Amino acid sequence: MAILMDRIGIWIGVFLTFAIFSFLYKDNPFYKIAEQIFIGISAGYWFIYTIYNILIPNLFIPVTSDFTHNFILLIPAFLGILMLCRLIPSIDWVSRYALAVVIGTTAGLFFKRYLQSDVLNQLTATMLNPFASSNAVQIIGELILIIGTLTGIVYFFFSKKHEGAFGTTAKIGIYFLMVSFGAAFGYTVMARISLLIGRLNFLLGDWLGIIKP
Amino acid sequence: MKIFEKFLNIDRRIIFLLILLGVAIPLIWTLGFNLEVTENVQSVYTMLEKIEPGTRILISFDYDPSTKPEIQPMALALMQQAFTLRLRIIATALWPMGVQMCNEAFEKVSAEYPNIEYGVDFINLGYKSGGMVTINHMAKDFRSTFPADAGGNPIDEFPIMKGIKNFDKIGCVISLSAGDPGLKQWVMIVHDTFGKPVAGGTTAVQAPTMLPYVNEQQQLVGLLGGLKGAAEYELLINKPGFATKGMDAQSVAHLIIILFILIGNIGYFATRKQKDNLKA
Repeated sequence: MAILMDRIGIWIGVFLTFAIFSFLYKDNPFYKIAEQIFIGISAGYWFIYTIYNILIPNLFIPVTSDFTHNFILLIPAFLGILMLCRLIPSIDWVSRYALAVVIGTTAGLFFKRYLQSDVLNQLTATMLNPFASSNAVQIIGELILIIGTLTGIVYFFFSKKHEGAFGTTAKIGIYFLMVSFGAAFGYTVMARISLLIGRLNFLLGDWLGIIKP
Repeated sequence: MKIFEKFLNIDRRIIFLLILLGVAIPLIWTLGFNLEVTENVQSVYTMLEKIEPGTRILISFDYDPSTKPEIQPMALALMQQAFTLRLRIIATALWPMGVQMCNEAFEKVSAEYPNIEYGVDFINLGYKSGGMVTINHMAKDFRSTFPADAGGNPIDEFPIMKGIKNFDKIGCVISLSAGDPGLKQWVMIVHDTFGKPVAGGTTAVQAPTMLPYVNEQQQLVGLLGGLKGAAEYELLINKPGFATKGMDAQSVAHLIIILFILIGNIGYFATRKQKDNLKA
């Protein structure tokens, strides 16, 4: 029985894979069906997952089993209900209070962390002596890092017109930015091809058995 | 000159078909392209090698099936190395489907290591919502963040969790991450606040945003970026798997893309010259 269910699962997967890929030829009803199934199942899955894995263990069970120690959980529950008021146009403004709490708390909690990790530590990592190493490749690499960082920052300084020496520095910054965009694009291509490899591995392995999955 | 115009008007479906063949054929017949291990990947491997046997490490499964082809091979390779080194793994997930990803990886790897015992050498604590807040809470009170494992059993029942109150007794943290919350949040809390070594594996799309954290400050010890990172790790542990095989297909697909970029550019510049001449 389990093997039969496995096979049925694989065939459904194959149908949906081809239905999605068929869009590459042109838009068609099979693609639409697969798209709607995906959206429907995702929404349903998340709805149930949220109830059983977030609301029940984090709210319902603690409140019902030990109300005295957990009644404070009713505050986030109330804010959650306020958020749902967005669905009712006449009182949708109420949801702004919940949003304000979320945004305020997030900003307060994360400000220091982001400052430490994304500003201070990153700056410290760039403040290095490039000539400390005896390795020529490392020296060149660190010089490129320093020049790239400084010229990149100069490019984003818009309070002074980009002309003369300042403009040249900003232009060098643009080249560094273009290289980083190119690298990011290359990585993106690799990611998309990896997904195709995953699908073909499923089709050729799990379905057709031509390759070992 | 008509040929250059044709270069600019190639039917995109021809390109799709060639990419499909370029990926499918190397999956069936392995080409065996050479692969070199980069420093970022080597650093992750060396970090685990230096950890004392028996130490507990934390691996967070912060991804879902949509990025499985890229990240699952990393999970398998890291688990294989950890179990070979007799490290004990505490698994968590900041993404709901990470729990299933972890179970799947453990099921596959544990078949190769029959002595590995759930609760002693490995535990899956399951998913917790909250991202950075959850990690922060783990650092203060691990046991109240994860009072039970993914199966609902109290963690006190498992020897692997003995003495774990925060990150003090965790050798290192590795986040296999497909986005937010994920590796960045682990770096911010575990390394930048508590000074514990953090390494990670990410999708190729996310890799450029995480690479700046591999720096002099060692915010990240190392990084496995996309399928290539996974393939390099398979090479290091000497267990070629899905990623190694996938890199042949990846390389051929890249060659095809490069070829079409060249064709498109040649066509563009050739026809532009022609148009300029006509204008003159």
